[in-house]
Amino acid sequence: METKTKTPPEEQFFFTTDEPEFKTKEMLLNMGPSHPAMHGIVKIAVKLQGELVMDADIEIGYLHRAMEKTCEDCTWNQATIYTDRLNYVSPIINNVGYVMAVEKLLGIEIPPRGQYLRTILSELSRIADHMTCIGAAAMEMGAMTVFLYAMKGREFLYELFEDYCGARVTTNATRVGGMPADLPDGWIDKMHRALKEERKIIKEIDGLLTCNRIFYDRIKGVGVMKADDAISYGFTGPCLRAAGVEYDVRKNFPYLVYDQADWSIVVGTEGDNFDRYLVRMEEMEQSARICEQLVKKIPDGPHSVSDKHIMLPDKENTYGNIEGLMNHFKLIMHGHGIRVPSGEAYQAVEGGNGELGFYVVSHPIEGEEEDGCASRPWRVRVRPPCLHLVAGIPHMIKGDMVADVIPSFGSINMIGGELDR
Amino acid sequence: MEFLKNPSQPGPPEDGQIITTRFDKVLGWARKYSQFVYPFVTACCGMEYMSVASSHYDLDRFGTAFPRFSPRQSDVIWVVGTISHKLAPLLKRIYDQMTEPKWVIAIGACASCGGPYDNYATVQGIGTIIPVDIYVAGCPPRPEAIIEGVVKLQKMILESKQMWKVGAP
Amino acid sequence: MEKSPAHKKIDEKFPDAVLDAHAQHGDETLIIRKDAILDVAQLLKEDPELQFNFLMDLTAVDYIGRQPRFEIVYIFVSIPNSTRLRVKLQSDDLYPTVKSLTPLWETANFLERECYDLYGIRFDGHPNLTRIMLYEGFEGHPLRKDYPKKKRQPLIGPGAKSSHKH
Repeated sequence: METKTKTPPEEQFFFTTDEPEFKTKEMLLNMGPSHPAMHGIVKIAVKLQGELVMDADIEIGYLHRAMEKTCEDCTWNQATIYTDRLNYVSPIINNVGYVMAVEKLLGIEIPPRGQYLRTILSELSRIADHMTCIGAAAMEMGAMTVFLYAMKGREFLYELFEDYCGARVTTNATRVGGMPADLPDGWIDKMHRALKEERKIIKEIDGLLTCNRIFYDRIKGVGVMKADDAISYGFTGPCLRAAGVEYDVRKNFPYLVYDQADWSIVVGTEGDNFDRYLVRMEEMEQSARICEQLVKKIPDGPHSVSDKHIMLPDKENTYGNIEGLMNHFKLIMHGHGIRVPSGEAYQAVEGGNGELGFYVVSHPIEGEEEDGCASRPWRVRVRPPCLHLVAGIPHMIKGDMVADVIPSFGSINMIGGELDR
Repeated sequence: MEFLKNPSQPGPPEDGQIITTRFDKVLGWARKYSQFVYPFVTACCGMEYMSVASSHYDLDRFGTAFPRFSPRQSDVIWVVGTISHKLAPLLKRIYDQMTEPKWVIAIGACASCGGPYDNYATVQGIGTIIPVDIYVAGCPPRPEAIIEGVVKLQKMILESKQMWKVGAP
Repeated sequence: MEKSPAHKKIDEKFPDAVLDAHAQHGDETLIIRKDAILDVAQLLKEDPELQFNFLMDLTAVDYIGRQPRFEIVYIFVSIPNSTRLRVKLQSDDLYPTVKSLTPLWETANFLERECYDLYGIRFDGHPNLTRIMLYEGFEGHPLRKDYPKKKRQPLIGPGAKSSHKH
């Protein structure tokens, strides 16, 4: 099918008469900040000529909650909880990205078992992320059933996260230097069952949407972002791959143990809403494949580094002997904690929406820390994939109908916490 | 009218019998099962809002699942997530646009007290801007906690003095 | 230390642009002269070998108490080569002014607005340099180290200035 070319709006009018009463005035319409289809809070001001979007402007910042500033007041491990609340649909990926940046500064690498756990949990989060995105985007187009199915699918994953770390959404599932705990008993069987359910739900959603005439006509050729524009706008993740650019941090800059699994980058062709939907659907399948392969290979051994300057001691040591207690004390007390040598590191991971980068700077506070190490971050910069995607919205919706704003906006999966931080 | 106060009591009287009660009670009983919710969803707690509103936890059982995205049509505003200073005037405006009687539920630590964000950008609890009826704790609260908040609000509606006269405050 | 390909290319074309280079923790980093950024970025983007066609990130760091105080950090990515390059500018001005990269990448628009909003760094040639995360009427730039974390400037509610209009 041909994609729609963006013709000048005058030629797109459906009536041909030049009668003056048919001419419409340009109208400015504010969508949001609180709008059912604006996930979270964002404002799109569209200039309309009839139903055509002539121009659009986007205002963000309504969820700016100073995450970057607050992290500067936390110790290295405390800042992880703020990373949960960046992309709160796939929090474990954020946790992993941040602690990997700090580990890069420390110059340590965690044991293989920890790396496998991080990879598997990240991929499960990605399934949850894409599932939420597709469900919510479909609901906004009227497919309530898909939303209910997707939410059902997400519950299985939330149960897995809850079994691992005790929380459903804000997981805080990593520590600098490793993982807080090993997998609980029976977790792997449960994961297999959950993935089986996921596949069933993906198939159901696929049956409901992919070949559905109404859905197809509504989103095919709408919200086009071609490869060149996508690169210029800084698109990453599913939205960039939908435009046909093969860029995935997991392949281009391999980290953790993604090279141990057999999987492929999913690439679209047109860069429209339908391709973005297809890429997300297929990525869920790829993530499930990664999980299933890696779970068979998890090596035995510790999941965290044994360095006492970095990891907390086991609970029995903390409560059982004085060395463990002192160790715990030295890591927790104000002014002690993990000492990170001064320097800077950028670590990127493939988040749910694209390259999620953490630029972490360690810089000793003058007069307090004379050993060249710092007990808290000097600067935590998050490279949010969403900011770039949202910046591209006006380009995507210009020339489309006003009703197309909703699917276009839904297809990029804006997450307020990450967008505004 | 015991069965209204206590559902475990025997059901309504048979034909020909008369029950007497106060109009307030009947109105409250009707109102508590038909809350039209304005979900003011801003942040992470929205994930749990999505869970609780869909079939797994099924908020429809409490007669409160129907979201209305117009403040003029809604009875309850759920403030779900962090409110920043940039957003505060908008929240106030939406609250002002709601018609009486209206209630407010603050869901999650951020809406209740600022939560983990104690800094220049965030409002330290929406209680500083609009009156709040129910606070739900948690970061984010589990769906069960949100349901408990809803049930608490139902109890509150049932027991409060009802507004029903036209033009009365 | 041997010079990286990007370093060599820049040295060839703009001999005095690169002030320093390092590869701490494996991240290749160049510190360049502040006024050369637009030229260097154009070279990086258009050079057929380097192909740094992607502006991944743009931010700043406030090293208060150090000379120079501000660092503006650019992260470029080359998708064909799978390489990453960090370019840093340094400035000791209270409100540094650097050239905008909006002619080269659309995404520089939002990134520079954010950097201006939170750090007060001016970008010369930016089409719409206004606040993005915060609101009109907010005084100061909150990510600077001398901005107190809890200094609130509410629009309504306790502590609000009555002169604000909503």
